[in-house]
Amino acid sequence: MSVSTTEANPPPLEALRHPGRWVAGAAAILLAFVVLESILGNSRLQWDVVGEYLFDEGIMKGLRLTIILTFAVTAVGMLLGTLIATARMSKNPVLAWLAWFYVWVFRSVPLLVQLLLWFNIAYLYPKIEIGLPFLPPLIEGDANKLISATTAAFLGLTLHEAAYAAEIVRGGILSVDPGQTEAGDALGMSRARILRRIVLPQAMRSIVPAAGNLLIGTLKGTAIVSVIAVDELLYAAQFIYNRTFEVVPLLVVATLWYMFMTAVLSVLQYFVERYYGRGATRSTTASPWAQAKAVFLRARGVFTTPTGGKA
Amino acid sequence: MSTTTIPAAGTARADGRSMVEIRELHKSYGDLHVLQGLSLDVAEGEVVCLIGASGSGKSTLLRCINRLETWDAGSIAVNGDLIGYRSSERGGVPVLKELKAREVRKQRAEIGMVFQHFNLFPHLTVMENLVEAPVNVAGVPRREAVATAEQLLAMVGLAEKAKSYPRHLSGGQQQRVAIARALAMKPRLMLFDEPTSALDPELVKEVLHAMKQLAETGMTMVVVTHEMTFAREVAGRVAFVDGGQIVEVGPPEQVLDNPTHPRAQAFLSRLV
Repeated sequence: MSVSTTEANPPPLEALRHPGRWVAGAAAILLAFVVLESILGNSRLQWDVVGEYLFDEGIMKGLRLTIILTFAVTAVGMLLGTLIATARMSKNPVLAWLAWFYVWVFRSVPLLVQLLLWFNIAYLYPKIEIGLPFLPPLIEGDANKLISATTAAFLGLTLHEAAYAAEIVRGGILSVDPGQTEAGDALGMSRARILRRIVLPQAMRSIVPAAGNLLIGTLKGTAIVSVIAVDELLYAAQFIYNRTFEVVPLLVVATLWYMFMTAVLSVLQYFVERYYGRGATRSTTASPWAQAKAVFLRARGVFTTPTGGKA
Repeated sequence: MSTTTIPAAGTARADGRSMVEIRELHKSYGDLHVLQGLSLDVAEGEVVCLIGASGSGKSTLLRCINRLETWDAGSIAVNGDLIGYRSSERGGVPVLKELKAREVRKQRAEIGMVFQHFNLFPHLTVMENLVEAPVNVAGVPRREAVATAEQLLAMVGLAEKAKSYPRHLSGGQQQRVAIARALAMKPRLMLFDEPTSALDPELVKEVLHAMKQLAETGMTMVVVTHEMTFAREVAGRVAFVDGGQIVEVGPPEQVLDNPTHPRAQAFLSRLV
């Protein structure tokens, strides 16, 4: 049977139905419900205890230190990482080699080992003096006093983070078309300005997702520093349950806070990605709400444009 | 020491001052001898098209003129100034000493370049692409740079695209923005590296039209191209590059229609 071309309107199109998707979706929801029910419905979780300690003063203090550590480590680590990445790609072979060496060292030593080493730095250097050679030191003192547990945690986490950040930034810079640098060169721009104004903003498109991962990793990495008695979130929870023996409810308290902070960071990452993605696609990306709506409408056979409007 | 004391290859046109003087240029990538003692003069206001097979060294030559590429021997002067070097002497013997990056940047700022793949900055709007270098390299006040940019966009027929991002434009429009971006630095010389090779056939015309318009304003232009019609209509001279040398140079009707060098004859016969 052929479709007549003289007819004014061709017959409407009917999209293929996907009953399998509905079945799989329903099964997944059921499974999720069973798992959730068994966890939430478990009376031994003592939700009342969780509620009691969720905003406990000690927990709040721990949470504050976790947040401060995460942001300080990320800020200094990313900055240091960017410097190491540019050194790694510089034309000076000594700088490039040293940067490679740094990344190799700090990626090979486990974070936990590094933290313990910093914590016990006084064993290697009982006295610390910082200053220029042949001049009186700017800072001097007993290592045990200068490097407190929190300082050791900050140093260990930052040096570790910088090594990974360096690789992330380097990967981002390499992902930018070399023609961009050439265009900047041809316009007489300086190398530093080309990097800051032209290359890095484009590199951010691939740096941000990886850096977001790193940031969330750092957030949870701060839990490791509880081993050197830094009073962060997990240590605060441990401090309480060592006294009350309500181990699991307090671990749930810490977990809920980690989940909440990860959620906040994920939302933040989404907006940062959107910002650096400008000019990168032909059409602006739809908001998650519009995307979800489009998926729902598509399931019902209604088609929308990628920007969220009805076709 | 002025470069004019270096023996000229005798390729300059009789009329007009030399804008570009290339003398005995040599360059190798490892074992590959890309430029083999190449010399060329371009007069002020002249349009010279470089043609030749790919790998003949024409793009490398063009990129040497604004020192995007370094070379192993020879010299290039633009508007009387040596590019990338300054005359000096060591033990009574004249030598050319390499310039610092800052001095090279100053020279590059006065030479416009248009790339095959446009190389517009995708994260900046068209207007930002045009004012970035004038404001931050040349130190032009932003207001003035914006006014110049608006004029240039109008000239290439894209006045209404100032706020667009490059990726929202067609290839031909992007290349016209790239031309405007190079012109925003008020260059004395414009270099074009296969400006239409990455374009769909129907978009080539608008770019060539903008280039022809520019040539009519008296801009000195060196163009690496495969567009023989453009070379015939706009170029003062056509230079055929082969094996890292200019083997034939002259008015387009002479080089394109009656080439004397066998390699030029072979190359052009394949095009028709």
